[in-house]
Amino acid sequence: MEMLILQTFNGLSVSSILLLIALGLAVTFGLMNVINMAHGELIMIGAYSAYVTQNLFASYLPKSWYEGYFFAALAASFLIAALMGCLLETILIRHLYGRPLDSLLATWGVGMMLQQVARFIFGAPNVAVTSPSWLNGGLAITSTLVLPYKRLFIMALVALVLTAMYLYIYKSASGRRMRAVMQNREMAGCLGISTRHVDSLTFAIGSGIAGIAGCALTLLGPIGPSIGTYYIVDAFMVVVLGGVGKLIGTVAGALGIGIFNTLFETYTSASIGKVLVFACIVAFLQWKPRGLVALRTRSLD
Amino acid sequence: MLQLQAIESGYGESPVLRNVTMRVDQAQVVCLIGRNGVGKTTLMRTLTGQLKIRHGTMSLDEVDVTTWDSVYRARSGIGYVPQGREIFPLLTVKENLLLGLEPCNPQPKTFPEDVIELFPVLPQMYHRQGGDLSGGQQQQLAFARALASRPKLLLLDEPTEGIQPSIVEEIRNVICKIKAQGNTSVILVEQSIDFVRSVADYIYVMDKGSIVAQGDPEHIDIEQFEHYLTV
Repeated sequence: MEMLILQTFNGLSVSSILLLIALGLAVTFGLMNVINMAHGELIMIGAYSAYVTQNLFASYLPKSWYEGYFFAALAASFLIAALMGCLLETILIRHLYGRPLDSLLATWGVGMMLQQVARFIFGAPNVAVTSPSWLNGGLAITSTLVLPYKRLFIMALVALVLTAMYLYIYKSASGRRMRAVMQNREMAGCLGISTRHVDSLTFAIGSGIAGIAGCALTLLGPIGPSIGTYYIVDAFMVVVLGGVGKLIGTVAGALGIGIFNTLFETYTSASIGKVLVFACIVAFLQWKPRGLVALRTRSLD
Repeated sequence: MLQLQAIESGYGESPVLRNVTMRVDQAQVVCLIGRNGVGKTTLMRTLTGQLKIRHGTMSLDEVDVTTWDSVYRARSGIGYVPQGREIFPLLTVKENLLLGLEPCNPQPKTFPEDVIELFPVLPQMYHRQGGDLSGGQQQQLAFARALASRPKLLLLDEPTEGIQPSIVEEIRNVICKIKAQGNTSVILVEQSIDFVRSVADYIYVMDKGSIVAQGDPEHIDIEQFEHYLTV
Protein backbone atom coordinates (compact mmCIF):
# COMPACT_ATOMS: atom_id res chain seq x y z
CA MET A 1 0.00 0.00 0.00
CA GLU A 2 2.74 2.40 1.02
CA MET A 3 4.64 1.43 -2.13
CA LEU A 4 1.61 2.24 -4.24
CA ILE A 5 1.14 5.69 -2.68
CA LEU A 6 4.82 6.47 -3.06
CA GLN A 7 4.85 5.35 -6.69
CA THR A 8 1.75 7.37 -7.51
CA PHE A 9 3.24 10.41 -5.81
CA ASN A 10 6.54 10.02 -7.66
CA GLY A 11 4.69 9.54 -10.93
CA LEU A 12 2.62 12.69 -10.36
CA SER A 13 5.71 14.59 -9.33
CA VAL A 14 7.61 13.65 -12.49
CA SER A 15 4.48 14.46 -14.52
CA SER A 16 4.14 17.87 -12.91
CA ILE A 17 7.75 18.78 -13.75
CA LEU A 18 7.35 17.53 -17.32
CA LEU A 19 4.12 19.48 -17.62
CA LEU A 20 5.67 22.69 -16.35
CA ILE A 21 8.47 22.38 -18.91
CA ALA A 22 6.09 21.50 -21.71
CA LEU A 23 3.41 24.15 -21.05
CA GLY A 24 5.44 26.95 -22.59
CA LEU A 25 6.15 24.76 -25.56
CA ALA A 26 2.44 23.95 -25.85
CA VAL A 27 1.96 27.64 -26.61
CA THR A 28 4.89 28.29 -28.97
CA PHE A 29 4.87 24.90 -30.70
CA GLY A 30 1.28 23.80 -30.10
CA LEU A 31 -0.50 27.03 -30.95
CA MET A 32 2.00 28.84 -33.15
CA ASN A 33 3.70 25.82 -34.82
CA VAL A 34 7.14 27.30 -34.25
CA ILE A 35 9.78 24.66 -33.51
CA ASN A 36 11.74 26.64 -30.97
CA MET A 37 14.91 24.74 -30.11
CA ALA A 38 15.92 27.62 -27.85
CA HIS A 39 13.05 26.75 -25.51
CA GLY A 40 15.46 24.92 -23.21
CA GLU A 41 17.62 28.03 -23.03
CA LEU A 42 14.58 30.09 -22.02
CA ILE A 43 14.23 27.61 -19.14
CA MET A 44 17.91 28.20 -18.40
CA ILE A 45 17.32 31.97 -18.41
CA GLY A 46 14.49 31.49 -15.91
CA ALA A 47 16.76 29.41 -13.67
CA TYR A 48 19.56 31.99 -13.72
CA SER A 49 17.03 34.76 -13.08
CA ALA A 50 16.10 32.93 -9.89
CA TYR A 51 19.80 32.65 -9.00
CA VAL A 52 20.35 36.38 -9.54
CA THR A 53 17.22 37.29 -7.59
CA GLN A 54 18.41 35.17 -4.69
CA ASN A 55 21.80 36.87 -4.68
CA LEU A 56 20.22 40.32 -4.84
CA PHE A 57 17.99 39.46 -1.89
CA ALA A 58 20.95 38.12 0.08
CA SER A 59 23.12 41.19 -0.44
CA TYR A 60 20.74 44.15 -0.55
CA LEU A 61 17.61 43.37 1.42
CA PRO A 62 17.02 42.80 5.15
CA LYS A 63 17.55 39.23 6.27
CA SER A 64 13.94 38.79 7.30
CA TRP A 65 12.86 39.23 3.69
CA TYR A 66 15.19 36.57 2.37
CA GLU A 67 12.76 33.67 2.84
CA GLY A 68 10.32 35.30 0.46
CA TYR A 69 12.82 35.62 -2.36
CA PHE A 70 11.32 32.68 -4.22
CA PHE A 71 8.10 34.52 -5.09
CA ALA A 72 10.08 37.47 -6.43
CA ALA A 73 12.21 34.97 -8.33
CA LEU A 74 9.13 33.44 -9.96
CA ALA A 75 7.98 36.84 -11.17
CA ALA A 76 11.47 37.82 -12.33
CA SER A 77 11.92 34.54 -14.21
CA PHE A 78 8.62 34.98 -15.99
CA LEU A 79 9.30 38.59 -16.97
CA ILE A 80 12.90 38.14 -18.08
CA ALA A 81 12.19 34.99 -20.11
CA ALA A 82 9.11 36.66 -21.65
CA LEU A 83 11.20 39.66 -22.61
CA MET A 84 13.85 37.44 -24.18
CA GLY A 85 11.13 35.55 -26.03
CA CYS A 86 9.63 38.78 -27.29
CA LEU A 87 13.05 39.90 -28.51
CA LEU A 88 13.70 36.55 -30.18
CA GLU A 89 10.33 36.69 -31.93
CA THR A 90 10.80 40.24 -33.16
CA ILE A 91 14.36 39.82 -34.38
CA LEU A 92 14.30 36.29 -35.76
CA ILE A 93 11.24 34.10 -35.61
CA ARG A 94 8.71 36.38 -37.24
CA HIS A 95 10.76 36.22 -40.43
CA LEU A 96 10.57 32.43 -40.38
CA TYR A 97 6.85 31.72 -39.90
CA GLY A 98 5.78 28.86 -42.14
CA ARG A 99 9.39 27.66 -42.57
CA PRO A 100 9.74 25.01 -39.84
CA LEU A 101 13.15 23.69 -40.89
CA ASP A 102 14.70 27.15 -41.03
CA SER A 103 13.27 28.18 -37.68
CA LEU A 104 14.47 24.90 -36.15
CA LEU A 105 18.06 25.53 -37.27
CA ALA A 106 18.02 29.23 -36.45
CA THR A 107 16.61 28.77 -32.95
CA TRP A 108 19.08 25.95 -32.30
CA GLY A 109 21.86 28.38 -33.11
CA VAL A 110 20.33 30.98 -30.83
CA GLY A 111 20.13 28.35 -28.10
CA MET A 112 23.87 27.64 -28.36
CA MET A 113 24.63 31.34 -28.33
CA LEU A 114 22.56 31.82 -25.18
CA GLN A 115 24.40 28.93 -23.51
CA GLN A 116 27.73 30.59 -24.28
CA VAL A 117 26.45 33.91 -22.96
CA ALA A 118 25.46 32.17 -19.73
CA ARG A 119 28.96 30.55 -19.49
CA PHE A 120 30.49 33.95 -20.06
CA ILE A 121 28.44 35.69 -17.36
CA PHE A 122 28.07 32.97 -14.70
CA GLY A 123 30.95 30.61 -15.54
CA ALA A 124 30.81 27.02 -16.76
CA PRO A 125 30.39 25.23 -13.38
CA ASN A 126 26.92 24.68 -12.01
CA VAL A 127 25.64 27.12 -9.44
CA ALA A 128 23.31 26.29 -6.58
CA VAL A 129 20.21 28.14 -5.54
CA THR A 130 19.41 27.64 -1.87
CA SER A 131 15.79 26.71 -1.53
CA PRO A 132 13.84 28.75 0.99
CA SER A 133 13.86 26.94 4.34
CA TRP A 134 10.08 26.66 4.48
CA LEU A 135 10.32 24.25 1.55
CA ASN A 136 12.73 21.91 3.33
CA GLY A 137 11.38 18.78 4.93
CA GLY A 138 8.22 17.01 3.97
CA LEU A 139 4.71 16.00 4.81
CA ALA A 140 4.90 12.83 6.91
CA ILE A 141 2.06 10.44 6.04
CA THR A 142 3.50 7.53 8.04
CA SER A 143 6.87 7.15 9.73
CA THR A 144 8.50 5.86 6.52
CA LEU A 145 6.43 7.71 3.95
CA VAL A 146 7.34 11.40 3.60
CA LEU A 147 6.22 13.59 0.73
CA PRO A 148 8.77 16.39 0.21
CA TYR A 149 7.34 19.93 0.35
CA LYS A 150 9.37 20.94 -2.69
CA ARG A 151 7.63 18.41 -4.88
CA LEU A 152 4.23 19.36 -3.47
CA PHE A 153 5.06 23.02 -4.11
CA ILE A 154 5.91 22.28 -7.75
CA MET A 155 2.61 20.42 -8.16
CA ALA A 156 0.73 23.40 -6.76
CA LEU A 157 2.69 25.75 -9.00
CA VAL A 158 1.85 23.66 -12.07
CA ALA A 159 -1.82 23.66 -11.12
CA LEU A 160 -1.71 27.44 -10.74
CA VAL A 161 0.06 28.04 -14.07
CA LEU A 162 -2.29 25.65 -15.83
CA THR A 163 -5.37 27.37 -14.42
CA ALA A 164 -4.04 30.80 -15.31
CA MET A 165 -3.27 29.65 -18.85
CA TYR A 166 -6.70 28.06 -19.23
CA LEU A 167 -8.44 31.22 -18.06
CA TYR A 168 -6.30 33.39 -20.30
CA ILE A 169 -6.58 31.32 -23.47
CA TYR A 170 -10.21 30.23 -23.22
CA LYS A 171 -11.95 32.94 -21.19
CA SER A 172 -10.30 36.28 -21.91
CA ALA A 173 -10.74 38.56 -24.91
CA SER A 174 -7.01 38.56 -25.50
CA GLY A 175 -6.96 34.75 -25.55
CA ARG A 176 -9.85 34.75 -27.99
CA ARG A 177 -7.85 36.96 -30.33
CA MET A 178 -4.88 34.64 -29.93
CA ARG A 179 -6.89 31.56 -30.92
CA ALA A 180 -8.50 33.41 -33.82
CA VAL A 181 -5.10 34.40 -35.24
CA MET A 182 -3.72 30.86 -34.87
CA GLN A 183 -6.73 29.38 -36.66
CA ASN A 184 -7.13 31.83 -39.52
CA ARG A 185 -4.58 34.57 -39.73
CA GLU A 186 -5.96 36.40 -42.77
CA MET A 187 -9.53 36.49 -41.56
CA ALA A 188 -8.42 37.66 -38.12
CA GLY A 189 -6.62 40.52 -39.84
CA CYS A 190 -9.78 41.37 -41.79
CA LEU A 191 -11.58 41.71 -38.45
CA GLY A 192 -9.10 44.33 -37.31
CA ILE A 193 -7.01 42.07 -35.05
CA SER A 194 -3.37 43.09 -35.16
CA THR A 195 -1.73 39.75 -35.96
CA ARG A 196 1.80 41.08 -35.36
CA HIS A 197 0.88 42.14 -31.86
CA VAL A 198 -0.82 38.82 -31.08
CA ASP A 199 2.16 36.81 -32.40
CA SER A 200 4.73 38.53 -30.23
CA LEU A 201 2.46 38.49 -27.17
CA THR A 202 1.78 34.76 -27.60
CA PHE A 203 5.44 33.96 -28.02
CA ALA A 204 6.32 36.08 -25.02
CA ILE A 205 3.79 34.22 -22.86
CA GLY A 206 5.11 30.82 -23.96
CA SER A 207 8.64 31.95 -23.18
CA GLY A 208 7.63 33.38 -19.83
CA ILE A 209 6.14 30.04 -18.80
CA ALA A 210 9.45 28.39 -19.75
CA GLY A 211 11.07 30.89 -17.38
CA ILE A 212 8.76 29.81 -14.54
CA ALA A 213 9.72 26.20 -15.25
CA GLY A 214 13.39 27.17 -14.99
CA CYS A 215 12.75 28.87 -11.67
CA ALA A 216 11.02 25.75 -10.35
CA LEU A 217 13.94 23.55 -11.47
CA THR A 218 16.25 25.40 -9.10
CA LEU A 219 14.39 23.66 -6.25
CA LEU A 220 15.46 20.25 -7.53
CA GLY A 221 19.17 20.70 -7.93
CA PRO A 222 22.06 22.87 -9.13
CA ILE A 223 21.71 24.70 -12.43
CA GLY A 224 24.15 25.14 -15.29
CA PRO A 225 24.30 26.75 -18.72
CA SER A 226 23.21 23.54 -20.46
CA ILE A 227 20.30 22.72 -18.11
CA GLY A 228 17.83 23.34 -20.93
CA THR A 229 19.21 20.65 -23.22
CA TYR A 230 18.31 17.96 -20.65
CA TYR A 231 14.68 18.94 -20.79
CA ILE A 232 14.00 20.04 -24.35
CA VAL A 233 13.50 16.50 -25.74
CA ASP A 234 11.11 15.58 -22.95
CA ALA A 235 9.17 18.78 -23.52
CA PHE A 236 8.71 18.12 -27.22
CA MET A 237 7.73 14.49 -26.44
CA VAL A 238 5.00 15.64 -24.09
CA VAL A 239 3.53 18.10 -26.60
CA VAL A 240 3.69 15.71 -29.56
CA LEU A 241 2.26 12.79 -27.56
CA GLY A 242 -0.50 14.97 -26.16
CA GLY A 243 -1.59 16.26 -29.53
CA VAL A 244 -0.79 19.67 -30.87
CA GLY A 245 -3.05 22.61 -30.11
CA LYS A 246 -5.00 21.50 -27.04
CA LEU A 247 -4.01 22.23 -23.44
CA ILE A 248 -5.77 19.11 -22.15
CA GLY A 249 -3.66 16.98 -24.51
CA THR A 250 -0.45 18.37 -23.02
CA VAL A 251 -1.71 17.50 -19.53
CA ALA A 252 -2.57 13.96 -20.66
CA GLY A 253 0.82 13.59 -22.36
CA ALA A 254 2.73 14.70 -19.27
CA LEU A 255 0.71 12.40 -16.99
CA GLY A 256 1.22 9.47 -19.35
CA ILE A 257 4.98 9.91 -19.70
CA GLY A 258 5.51 10.72 -16.01
CA ILE A 259 3.56 7.76 -14.63
CA PHE A 260 4.93 5.20 -17.09
CA ASN A 261 8.44 6.49 -16.56
CA THR A 262 8.20 5.95 -12.79
CA LEU A 263 6.54 2.58 -13.27
CA PHE A 264 9.19 1.27 -15.65
CA GLU A 265 12.02 2.67 -13.55
CA THR A 266 10.73 0.81 -10.49
CA TYR A 267 10.97 -2.57 -12.15
CA THR A 268 14.01 -1.95 -14.38
CA SER A 269 16.79 0.65 -14.20
CA ALA A 270 16.60 4.37 -14.90
CA SER A 271 18.03 4.15 -18.42
CA ILE A 272 16.07 1.05 -19.45
CA GLY A 273 12.94 2.75 -18.09
CA LYS A 274 13.52 5.77 -20.31
CA VAL A 275 14.13 3.55 -23.34
CA LEU A 276 10.87 1.69 -22.67
CA VAL A 277 8.95 4.97 -22.37
CA PHE A 278 10.31 6.27 -25.67
CA ALA A 279 9.59 2.93 -27.34
CA CYS A 280 5.99 3.16 -26.11
CA ILE A 281 5.66 6.73 -27.43
CA VAL A 282 6.99 5.75 -30.86
CA ALA A 283 4.60 2.80 -30.99
CA PHE A 284 1.68 4.96 -29.89
CA LEU A 285 2.40 7.63 -32.49
CA GLN A 286 2.49 4.95 -35.19
CA TRP A 287 -1.02 4.02 -34.16
CA LYS A 288 -2.32 7.57 -33.58
CA PRO A 289 -0.02 10.06 -35.34
CA ARG A 290 -1.96 13.08 -34.09
CA GLY A 291 -1.43 12.26 -30.44
CA LEU A 292 -3.79 11.60 -27.54
CA VAL A 293 -6.16 14.50 -28.12
CA ALA A 294 -6.69 15.16 -31.80
CA LEU A 295 -8.66 18.16 -32.97
CA ARG A 296 -11.63 17.11 -35.04
CA THR A 297 -14.08 19.37 -36.80
CA ARG A 298 -15.95 19.52 -40.06
CA SER A 299 -13.84 22.34 -41.47
CA LEU A 300 -10.52 20.61 -40.78
CA ASP A 301 -11.44 17.32 -42.49
CA MET B 1 -18.07 56.99 -50.19
CA LEU B 2 -15.71 54.45 -51.82
CA GLN B 3 -13.61 55.50 -54.80
CA LEU B 4 -11.35 53.16 -56.76
CA GLN B 5 -9.13 54.81 -59.34
CA ALA B 6 -7.33 52.62 -61.90
CA ILE B 7 -6.55 49.85 -59.43
CA GLU B 8 -4.03 47.17 -60.34
CA SER B 9 -3.43 44.15 -58.10
CA GLY B 10 -2.74 40.42 -58.15
CA TYR B 11 -0.87 37.46 -56.70
CA GLY B 12 2.92 37.28 -56.72
CA GLU B 13 4.32 38.26 -60.08
CA SER B 14 1.08 37.89 -62.01
CA PRO B 15 -1.32 40.82 -62.13
CA VAL B 16 -5.02 39.92 -62.04
CA LEU B 17 -6.81 43.26 -61.87
CA ARG B 18 -6.05 45.93 -64.46
CA ASN B 19 -7.32 49.45 -64.41
CA VAL B 20 -10.37 48.91 -62.20
CA THR B 21 -12.27 52.11 -61.54
CA MET B 22 -15.40 51.98 -59.39
CA ARG B 23 -17.41 54.12 -57.05
CA VAL B 24 -19.91 53.26 -54.35
CA ASP B 25 -22.22 55.89 -52.90
CA GLN B 26 -23.65 56.13 -49.40
CA ALA B 27 -26.13 53.30 -48.66
CA GLN B 28 -25.86 51.94 -52.17
CA VAL B 29 -25.89 48.24 -53.04
CA VAL B 30 -23.42 47.73 -55.85
CA CYS B 31 -23.30 44.35 -57.56
CA LEU B 32 -20.27 42.90 -59.26
CA ILE B 33 -20.94 40.15 -61.75
CA GLY B 34 -18.78 38.08 -64.05
CA ARG B 35 -17.65 34.56 -64.82
CA ASN B 36 -15.50 32.46 -62.52
CA GLY B 37 -11.87 33.49 -62.60
CA VAL B 38 -12.25 37.05 -63.91
CA GLY B 39 -10.99 38.60 -60.66
CA LYS B 40 -14.07 39.33 -58.54
CA THR B 41 -12.71 37.71 -55.39
CA THR B 42 -9.29 39.24 -56.10
CA LEU B 43 -10.95 42.64 -56.10
CA MET B 44 -12.64 41.86 -52.76
CA ARG B 45 -9.35 40.72 -51.26
CA THR B 46 -7.72 43.89 -52.55
CA LEU B 47 -10.42 46.01 -50.92
CA THR B 48 -9.94 44.29 -47.54
CA GLY B 49 -6.18 44.82 -47.77
CA GLN B 50 -5.17 41.16 -48.02
CA LEU B 51 -3.66 41.96 -51.42
CA LYS B 52 -1.61 45.05 -52.03
CA ILE B 53 -2.69 47.73 -54.48
CA ARG B 54 0.16 48.13 -56.99
CA HIS B 55 -1.13 51.07 -58.96
CA GLY B 56 -4.06 53.37 -58.55
CA THR B 57 -5.72 54.73 -55.44
CA MET B 58 -8.49 53.71 -53.08
CA SER B 59 -10.25 56.20 -50.86
CA LEU B 60 -12.92 55.67 -48.23
CA ASP B 61 -14.95 58.71 -47.17
CA GLU B 62 -12.39 60.99 -48.82
CA VAL B 63 -9.52 59.37 -46.87
CA ASP B 64 -6.78 57.78 -48.94
CA VAL B 65 -6.46 54.19 -47.68
CA THR B 66 -4.40 52.80 -50.59
CA THR B 67 -1.44 51.68 -48.49
CA TRP B 68 -3.34 50.58 -45.36
CA ASP B 69 -3.16 46.91 -44.39
CA SER B 70 -6.17 44.74 -43.58
CA VAL B 71 -6.13 45.56 -39.86
CA TYR B 72 -6.51 49.31 -40.47
CA ARG B 73 -8.96 48.82 -43.33
CA ALA B 74 -11.17 46.80 -40.98
CA ARG B 75 -10.90 49.44 -38.26
CA SER B 76 -11.78 52.16 -40.74
CA GLY B 77 -15.13 50.45 -41.34
CA ILE B 78 -14.84 47.73 -43.98
CA GLY B 79 -16.80 44.59 -43.07
CA TYR B 80 -16.14 41.39 -45.00
CA VAL B 81 -18.10 38.19 -45.59
CA PRO B 82 -15.63 36.10 -47.57
CA GLN B 83 -16.34 33.36 -50.04
CA GLY B 84 -16.19 30.16 -48.01
CA ARG B 85 -17.26 32.08 -44.85
CA GLU B 86 -13.89 31.74 -43.04
CA ILE B 87 -15.50 30.99 -39.70
CA PHE B 88 -12.97 30.19 -36.97
CA PRO B 89 -13.60 26.43 -36.75
CA LEU B 90 -12.49 25.77 -33.16
CA LEU B 91 -14.11 28.80 -31.59
CA THR B 92 -17.69 28.70 -30.42
CA VAL B 93 -20.39 30.58 -32.30
CA LYS B 94 -20.50 33.12 -29.51
CA GLU B 95 -16.73 33.68 -29.66
CA ASN B 96 -16.90 34.05 -33.44
CA LEU B 97 -19.56 36.72 -33.00
CA LEU B 98 -17.63 38.58 -30.32
CA LEU B 99 -14.62 38.74 -32.66
CA GLY B 100 -16.84 40.77 -34.95
CA LEU B 101 -16.60 43.58 -32.39
CA GLU B 102 -12.80 43.80 -32.74
CA PRO B 103 -12.79 46.70 -35.23
CA CYS B 104 -14.79 48.87 -32.79
CA ASN B 105 -13.06 51.42 -30.64
CA PRO B 106 -13.89 51.39 -27.77
CA GLN B 107 -15.09 47.81 -27.84
CA PRO B 108 -18.59 47.22 -26.49
CA LYS B 109 -19.00 44.44 -23.93
CA THR B 110 -22.07 42.84 -25.46
CA PHE B 111 -23.10 41.89 -28.92
CA PRO B 112 -25.64 44.28 -30.55
CA GLU B 113 -29.19 42.92 -30.18
CA ASP B 114 -30.50 44.21 -33.48
CA VAL B 115 -27.88 42.28 -35.44
CA ILE B 116 -28.81 39.04 -33.67
CA GLU B 117 -32.47 39.69 -34.42
CA LEU B 118 -31.66 39.48 -38.11
CA PHE B 119 -30.50 35.89 -37.60
CA PRO B 120 -32.82 34.31 -35.02
CA VAL B 121 -31.25 30.86 -35.48
CA LEU B 122 -27.88 31.92 -34.02
CA PRO B 123 -28.67 32.20 -30.28
CA GLN B 124 -29.60 28.49 -30.13
CA MET B 125 -26.09 27.61 -31.31
CA TYR B 126 -23.94 29.90 -29.13
CA HIS B 127 -21.99 27.07 -27.53
CA ARG B 128 -21.38 24.93 -30.60
CA GLN B 129 -18.07 25.11 -32.41
CA GLY B 130 -18.06 27.22 -35.56
CA GLY B 131 -16.55 24.38 -37.56
CA ASP B 132 -19.45 22.05 -36.70
CA LEU B 133 -22.08 24.27 -38.31
CA SER B 134 -23.51 23.62 -41.77
CA GLY B 135 -22.65 25.88 -44.68
CA GLY B 136 -25.87 27.88 -44.40
CA GLN B 137 -25.50 28.35 -40.66
CA GLN B 138 -21.89 29.44 -41.13
CA GLN B 139 -23.01 31.95 -43.73
CA GLN B 140 -25.47 33.54 -41.29
CA LEU B 141 -22.76 33.57 -38.63
CA ALA B 142 -20.33 35.28 -41.03
CA PHE B 143 -22.97 37.90 -41.82
CA ALA B 144 -23.68 38.64 -38.17
CA ARG B 145 -19.95 38.80 -37.42
CA ALA B 146 -19.38 41.30 -40.22
CA LEU B 147 -22.35 43.47 -39.21
CA ALA B 148 -21.45 43.60 -35.51
CA SER B 149 -19.02 46.49 -35.88
CA ARG B 150 -21.58 48.45 -37.96
CA PRO B 151 -19.30 48.81 -41.00
CA LYS B 152 -19.58 51.69 -43.43
CA LEU B 153 -18.92 49.34 -46.30
CA LEU B 154 -19.89 45.67 -46.37
CA LEU B 155 -18.18 43.32 -48.84
CA LEU B 156 -20.19 40.20 -49.68
CA ASP B 157 -18.41 37.56 -51.75
CA GLU B 158 -20.98 35.16 -53.24
CA PRO B 159 -23.10 34.91 -50.09
CA THR B 160 -25.69 32.65 -51.71
CA GLU B 161 -23.29 30.10 -53.15
CA GLY B 162 -24.34 26.57 -52.18
CA ILE B 163 -27.00 27.77 -49.73
CA GLN B 164 -30.55 26.40 -49.43
CA PRO B 165 -33.29 28.62 -50.97
CA SER B 166 -34.92 29.64 -47.66
CA ILE B 167 -31.63 31.02 -46.33
CA VAL B 168 -30.94 32.74 -49.66
CA GLU B 169 -34.29 34.45 -49.14
CA GLU B 170 -33.27 35.41 -45.61
CA ILE B 171 -29.99 36.86 -46.90
CA ARG B 172 -31.91 38.89 -49.48
CA ASN B 173 -34.10 40.29 -46.70
CA VAL B 174 -31.05 41.19 -44.63
CA ILE B 175 -29.50 43.05 -47.57
CA CYS B 176 -32.76 44.93 -48.10
CA LYS B 177 -32.89 45.87 -44.40
CA ILE B 178 -29.28 47.13 -44.48
CA LYS B 179 -30.19 49.20 -47.51
CA ALA B 180 -33.28 50.62 -45.81
CA GLN B 181 -31.30 51.63 -42.71
CA GLY B 182 -29.05 53.74 -44.92
CA ASN B 183 -25.84 53.53 -42.87
CA THR B 184 -23.99 50.86 -44.77
CA SER B 185 -22.99 50.56 -48.41
CA VAL B 186 -22.67 47.09 -49.91
CA ILE B 187 -20.55 45.55 -52.64
CA LEU B 188 -22.08 42.23 -53.60
CA VAL B 189 -20.40 39.62 -55.78
CA GLU B 190 -23.10 37.37 -57.14
CA GLN B 191 -23.71 34.85 -59.93
CA SER B 192 -27.49 34.74 -59.81
CA ILE B 193 -28.99 37.39 -62.09
CA ASP B 194 -32.38 37.23 -60.35
CA PHE B 195 -30.80 37.92 -56.99
CA VAL B 196 -28.81 40.84 -58.41
CA ARG B 197 -31.88 42.33 -60.06
CA SER B 198 -33.81 42.28 -56.79
CA VAL B 199 -31.27 44.16 -54.66
CA ALA B 200 -28.85 46.12 -56.88
CA ASP B 201 -28.72 49.91 -57.19
CA TYR B 202 -25.87 49.74 -59.62
CA ILE B 203 -24.12 46.97 -61.52
CA TYR B 204 -20.54 46.46 -62.65
CA VAL B 205 -19.65 43.65 -65.04
CA MET B 206 -16.15 42.28 -64.90
CA ASP B 207 -14.16 40.31 -67.45
CA LYS B 208 -10.44 39.42 -67.57
CA GLY B 209 -9.64 41.63 -64.59
CA SER B 210 -11.30 44.79 -65.86
CA ILE B 211 -14.70 46.44 -65.65
CA VAL B 212 -16.28 45.95 -69.09
CA ALA B 213 -19.76 47.36 -68.51
CA GLN B 214 -21.77 49.20 -65.89
CA GLY B 215 -25.14 50.79 -65.35
CA ASP B 216 -28.13 50.84 -63.06
CA PRO B 217 -30.39 47.81 -63.28
CA GLU B 218 -33.52 49.64 -64.46
CA HIS B 219 -31.86 51.29 -67.41
CA ILE B 220 -29.58 48.53 -68.61
CA ASP B 221 -30.59 45.27 -70.11
CA ILE B 222 -28.79 42.58 -68.14
CA GLU B 223 -29.40 40.11 -70.96
CA GLN B 224 -26.94 42.05 -73.08
CA PHE B 225 -24.22 41.07 -70.64
CA GLU B 226 -25.08 37.40 -70.87
CA HIS B 227 -22.11 36.65 -73.07
CA TYR B 228 -19.88 37.85 -70.23
CA LEU B 229 -21.57 35.48 -67.85
CA THR B 230 -21.89 32.28 -69.85
CA VAL B 231 -18.91 30.10 -70.53
